Amino acid sequence: MTINHHLNDALLMAYSAGSLPEAFSLVVATHISMCDECRARLASFDAVGGSVLEECDTVALDDDAFAATMALIDAAGSEAIVADFDADALFPAPLREYVGGDLNAVKWRPAGGGVRQAILKTSADASVRLIRIPAGASVPDHGHRGTELTLVLQGAFRDDEDRFGPGDVEVADEHLHHTPVAEEGEDCICLAATDAPLKFNALLPRLAQPFLRI
Amino acid sequence: MHRVHAGRDKAAFAQLFRHFAPRVKAFLMKSGADASLAEECTQEVMATVWRKAHMFDPSRASVATWIFTVARNRKIDALRKQRRPEPEDLPWGPEAEPDQADALALQQESEKLGKAIAALPEKQRELIEKAYFGDLSHSEIAEATGLPLGTIKSRIRLALDRLRHAMQ
Repeated sequence: MTINHHLNDALLMAYSAGSLPEAFSLVVATHISMCDECRARLASFDAVGGSVLEECDTVALDDDAFAATMALIDAAGSEAIVADFDADALFPAPLREYVGGDLNAVKWRPAGGGVRQAILKTSADASVRLIRIPAGASVPDHGHRGTELTLVLQGAFRDDEDRFGPGDVEVADEHLHHTPVAEEGEDCICLAATDAPLKFNALLPRLAQPFLRI
Repeated sequence: MHRVHAGRDKAAFAQLFRHFAPRVKAFLMKSGADASLAEECTQEVMATVWRKAHMFDPSRASVATWIFTVARNRKIDALRKQRRPEPEDLPWGPEAEPDQADALALQQESEKLGKAIAALPEKQRELIEKAYFGDLSHSEIAEATGLPLGTIKSRIRLALDRLRHAMQ
């Protein structure tokens, strides 16, 4: 898989610091599962976190803290490694966890124009959904009020900016107006997170918006 | 850390605890926890460090970095009450021993990074600390990312490539 579109530094640093909304963290974690380049960049941001911790002031713990920690350890026992690794799955492990399985476990709902979507449950500060665009079809022209992060899992789409294939992630802000079109061949399946509802330019999708929760 | 992992060595763990637990507690308090929550979470973080010692890979992270990630995850759970989706781990078999040379090189790069951060102008260093204490807006974070991370990134990339290669 050749990935041409990566996460930006701000997203990686915010994910490393633990300050992204859960919906964005899911897209970031799923992309990193597919992309060694961003995995290494994330590790370097984690190293910054390590340095911040190392240089942190210290605050004394309670006198019995070490004994209490050892008691916690004895109470919990040793942790077995549960590897959720499946080379045949389309979805990387973090996404499978939210879907409750791979592609065949997704509960698709129609979203108009043959496009289907499935909203995944996360904290309410942002939302994330799977989108399935039929090969050759387009998503209605829309702009963004906030940030939208779109990761391709299967197939590919093109918009005014570029082509996005499997593993590619598009970071769109409020300045981007686009009409993503799925390439011919296979359906395009994306994972998309947004921190504000999309704004559609046509009247009909705008009316449908409250029902679609996007 | 190696002794904590290999020998289930309580003395080595006590040493690690003395160094890191007071830092983890300070880190959590700067992130918004009160003293009693920070105390409780620090003990849980250090217990997790012991329990997951076998998963620590010195060719991919320094001890401080690894403990930072454990503390950060506890913070998201306890303070922000959110789940933390984690990337799929690489298929890392127990037979694949981390490369000693990689581990040493990474340790040196981590020290260099620490020095580079310490040498930053006061204002920029504060910005970075604030980012990791969860105190920055998104656009402020974008400003704070101009760090010299190239070498350490290549170092980690190399370790990942070796790991991928070893698993083929």
